[in-house]
Amino acid sequence: MSLLTLRRNFFNVHVITTTKIYRENCLNEAKTEGKSELIPSIKFRHSCLLRNQRCIAAYLYDRLLRIRALRWEYGSVLPTTIRFHMCAEEMEWFNQYKKSLATYMRSIGGEEGLDITQDMKPPKSLYIEVRCLKDHGEFEIDDGTVILLKKNSQHFLPRWKCEQLIRQGVLEHVIS
Amino acid sequence: RERMSDAGDLSGAEESQEEVMTPAELIAKLEEAWLNEKFSPELLENKSELVECVMEQITHMEENLQRVRKGDVKASVHRMEIDRIRFVLSSYLRSRLQKIERFFPHVLEKEKSRADGDPSFLSPEEFAFAKEYLANTEVYLKNVALKHMPPNLQSIDMLKAVPEPCLDSFVFLRVKESQENILVEPETDEQREYVVDLDEGSQHLMRYRTIAPLVASGAVQLI
Repeated sequence: MSLLTLRRNFFNVHVITTTKIYRENCLNEAKTEGKSELIPSIKFRHSCLLRNQRCIAAYLYDRLLRIRALRWEYGSVLPTTIRFHMCAEEMEWFNQYKKSLATYMRSIGGEEGLDITQDMKPPKSLYIEVRCLKDHGEFEIDDGTVILLKKNSQHFLPRWKCEQLIRQGVLEHVIS
Repeated sequence: RERMSDAGDLSGAEESQEEVMTPAELIAKLEEAWLNEKFSPELLENKSELVECVMEQITHMEENLQRVRKGDVKASVHRMEIDRIRFVLSSYLRSRLQKIERFFPHVLEKEKSRADGDPSFLSPEEFAFAKEYLANTEVYLKNVALKHMPPNLQSIDMLKAVPEPCLDSFVFLRVKESQENILVEPETDEQREYVVDLDEGSQHLMRYRTIAPLVASGAVQLI
């Protein structure tokens, strides 16, 4: 799911138009004392204003949903290319969301919690064949052995340790 | 209140008013809750105790696993089982969180207006999460758009703006306890309401709204 840069220009035009329409309405309202033929145009302008507000809110909310999806797909740290498309308020929303989610996950079960952004697919096998797509350095698995993740190297690793790296694009699951 | 006991240790369990569940029963209950939550259009009753028991069970199994000799075949099988249970639990909690995020104003409203004796739909932690989600979203909308708008348009009623769950969506279900005289409301003006009996073990495709209370009571299982 891609996130485009917040379209500030289009956005500002929208806000300005909205303000203009509102001012026209205010002027008309001032004249309405005793004159009812201006009321339909006031009502019409007000509907336009409400529609504009709804469109803007829908656009922004859709962006939030995409940003939310990024946390589940990429993890806590977003790639710079994506961050470039986000405005400051969206980064703030993302950081707050991350914090809320982390607090919630830590509270699961009453002890150390559970990372529910892992285990996204039902486990089919214990170990999987993975190929390294980029250099990632050293990687330690449960029994203490250290694996060097060098580009194009292939390894047979425990599935649960690889999930995050597969999602981040560092490893690739090889299905022979 | 339900309590866990080790399989094979039942003879040592104390006779008390507490109901004791075997691990197998616990996991079966988890799977039922998981399927119900997955297929229901609305957020179901919160099952914190079940979650806690399952977490304890997983910890217990991982401790046992440490004691098994490495390379023993049993270790792999146990490992798989732990992963499976963890997957089901994670998937269950994810379903709930997704619904909380999707319907956040309605979920909060429902929780705020419930009476003291009624069962809670949100755990305290889920409630905190939902409140933070609402606040976070409102702050964002205000700072990016609403504060630049004319004075009478600077707020949005979230209850109106965010859609409610569609309780008329159709769900598949299996009947666990026979029910008689279930009233089915008409969908269109030409239809009339009618009554059905649900026999134990039978499977049906019905509107969720009709059988919602039966899901809550455990009389039917969504599949």
